[in-house]
Amino acid sequence: MPLYHNEDQAMLANTARGFIAEEGNIAKQLRHWRDRNCKDGFGHGLWKQMAEMGFTGMLVEEADGGLGMGHVEAGIVLEEIGRNLTPSPFLTSSVLAATALKHGSNDLKGRYLPGLIAGDSVFAVAIDETAKHRPSRITTRAEKSGNGFKLSGSKSFVIHGSSSDMIVVAARTSGSDEDADGITLFAVPKDAAGMSHEAVRLVDSSMATHTKFDAVELDGDAVIGEIDGGRAVLDAMLLAGRVGAAAEGVGVARGAMDMTVDYLKQRKQFGRLIGEFQALQHRTSHLYSEVEIARAATIKAQQLLDGGSAHAELMASVAKAKVAKTARLAVQEGVQMHGGIGMTDEYDIGLYMKRDRALAEFLGDAHFHANRVAELSGY
Amino acid sequence: MPDLENFRTETRAWLEANCPPEMREPVRGEDDIYWGGRNATFKNDAQKAWLEACIALGYTVPMWPKAYGGAGLTAAEAKVLREEMGRINARPPLSSFGIWMLGPALLHFGTEGQKQRFLNEIARGEIRWCQGYSEPGSGSDLVSLQTFGEDKGDHWVVNGQKIWTSYADHADWIFCLVRTDKADKYQGITFMLFDMASEGVTTKPIKLISGSSPFCETFFDNVAVPKSYGDDCPAQVGTINRGWDVAKYLLGHEREMISGADGGERAAAIGAAMKRHAAKLGDEIDPVLRAELANFDVDALAYAAMGEKFLDEIKVGKAHPAQPNMMKYAGTELNKRRHELVMAVGGSRALEWESEATEGGKPSKSWLRTKANSIEGGTSEVMLNVIAKRILDLPGA
Repeated sequence: MPLYHNEDQAMLANTARGFIAEEGNIAKQLRHWRDRNCKDGFGHGLWKQMAEMGFTGMLVEEADGGLGMGHVEAGIVLEEIGRNLTPSPFLTSSVLAATALKHGSNDLKGRYLPGLIAGDSVFAVAIDETAKHRPSRITTRAEKSGNGFKLSGSKSFVIHGSSSDMIVVAARTSGSDEDADGITLFAVPKDAAGMSHEAVRLVDSSMATHTKFDAVELDGDAVIGEIDGGRAVLDAMLLAGRVGAAAEGVGVARGAMDMTVDYLKQRKQFGRLIGEFQALQHRTSHLYSEVEIARAATIKAQQLLDGGSAHAELMASVAKAKVAKTARLAVQEGVQMHGGIGMTDEYDIGLYMKRDRALAEFLGDAHFHANRVAELSGY
Repeated sequence: MPDLENFRTETRAWLEANCPPEMREPVRGEDDIYWGGRNATFKNDAQKAWLEACIALGYTVPMWPKAYGGAGLTAAEAKVLREEMGRINARPPLSSFGIWMLGPALLHFGTEGQKQRFLNEIARGEIRWCQGYSEPGSGSDLVSLQTFGEDKGDHWVVNGQKIWTSYADHADWIFCLVRTDKADKYQGITFMLFDMASEGVTTKPIKLISGSSPFCETFFDNVAVPKSYGDDCPAQVGTINRGWDVAKYLLGHEREMISGADGGERAAAIGAAMKRHAAKLGDEIDPVLRAELANFDVDALAYAAMGEKFLDEIKVGKAHPAQPNMMKYAGTELNKRRHELVMAVGGSRALEWESEATEGGKPSKSWLRTKANSIEGGTSEVMLNVIAKRILDLPGA
């Protein structure tokens, strides 16, 4: 498969770019909701519109009412979300939770997928328990209780946690904290008794929660996949999420770079456009090179994932790490080259810096994934 | 594609029958590479047999038309051939600047007569070419070159000096940028072909920090270059005074080649191999070095994906015409980092300059050699200038 978008994908990219630039732009969404101190941190109207575009259920199988598309297609939408800093539950709902639900029972699918496809429901995932992403260690426990389970523990960095209709929770049903096995995934409904959220606004104005589970009673049919066999589902979900987050990061990097290149062509100092200065040209050219490479790595990871390749995991970590480093470079150069106004709230470039920080941290930062590349490579 | 699968099966069988076992060993020294030319000698019978088998099928230049010594393979077939050769680690039967550089220029700009003569000679490894571009005063600013060809009617008289002429001391002919109009900087250069045995041509090898001398200074002292080598076979490629167009076209090729865009070792991860290497030396890789290796592998594997994407896009004309500059920049900088890490893992053993254990100082010599990657064929800084100007469209670039 050639490593560029085929005709259908190019058409989708065109559509997504136009639609998200029009409806999901910074003024209409990020600033709008932020300035109103919105408790969700995103707009439900846009989510509904994205459903009408067919985006929300694009990864859902056709048999389940979705479009049965792949991660290349999801990545196309995510790149535009990244470029426009669009606050959206797309990554958590349509990529992460949707991937987990592929492993769920028909009952679970029937309960949750129609709402996702219609843009009426929003989902979150609860994985992290400490300040850093470390899914190898899961201490939140679910004890057998009657026909179901009692869930106890706490999770952090649950994006859209208090706005979600359902949260996918990774919990331990057997073994000790570091065991690979003994994990079970649960679809926890928003009204579950004993679940409480402490909502926190993050640096990029998105909303996350610290979520506590105090003997939350769950039916047996809340289990996604196999009891004690949830690690495979968790891994599949993380893999999809990381590749998706990389695509969104490519959008952030490209958005910041394009904005900066435009600025270099407008701003004059010393009687010249600052883009004439070679000191800035070389840094910008280097950034361009890194962004191109990061994007290629991301598309490669998407294709490997869609093709079911055994190398998808390695490439997903390559992409996540490369994109994290590249987007970081893009936003730092962006703010620096904008000079003083880059530090103002009025200009958008600083918003890119904030978004990059939060996005890079989600599902493992550049250090986590470089380390993972080493581990997967055998050193 | 059943045809392609047939081709693969046939190729596999042909390679099995025709590629001698000695030619499936990794290249260890310079004499394992066959460069061709009037004075070339074969290291052994296997090298000769392998070359002849390839020439018979046009496999020294698989994608060139059959009329010019190639096999007329499509890009897809050529890829299969590369893959199948790679599968058995077959060495390239013939290496030459004729294949990599002059050939593509002639295919694009040459007359029928030039193609018939020169391409066939290149394909059969009969003539070894060198490239005369840089001059002592014209490195990055190549277009300022001064080597002058004075028009004497049926011939030019060429005077001047070239530098960094790769293997000029072994070359039979040179493709050379010569100023033929002093009044016009860009449209006053001619892309000339002439015999290095001509009277007035001398070469002097330059010893590099790596200890080897792959480059020469080349001097032209009243060298008479005939304007024609026969029917439809002029001495210049393209039009007189428009050699810069040919040079620019070729620089694109060269940058692609140096970038290692086709994958190869430059795009490979090294961490796992470095761990094994350290173990062999009785060492462990410390955590900070391991982290650097991991970061390198991220960049290398990402670059490999970029190389794949770049080649895919080139095939269908989707790549930005200046993208080879980006590939060259990123690929060469990456390769320098690779060898810094190899040296770091190798420790004091890697410093040995002549020892048997290092096969004659291979790590240190390779490390030093890579420093030229970001200079030759256009420096990294020139690449960044080109990206700024042609891709980012920055002002005044």
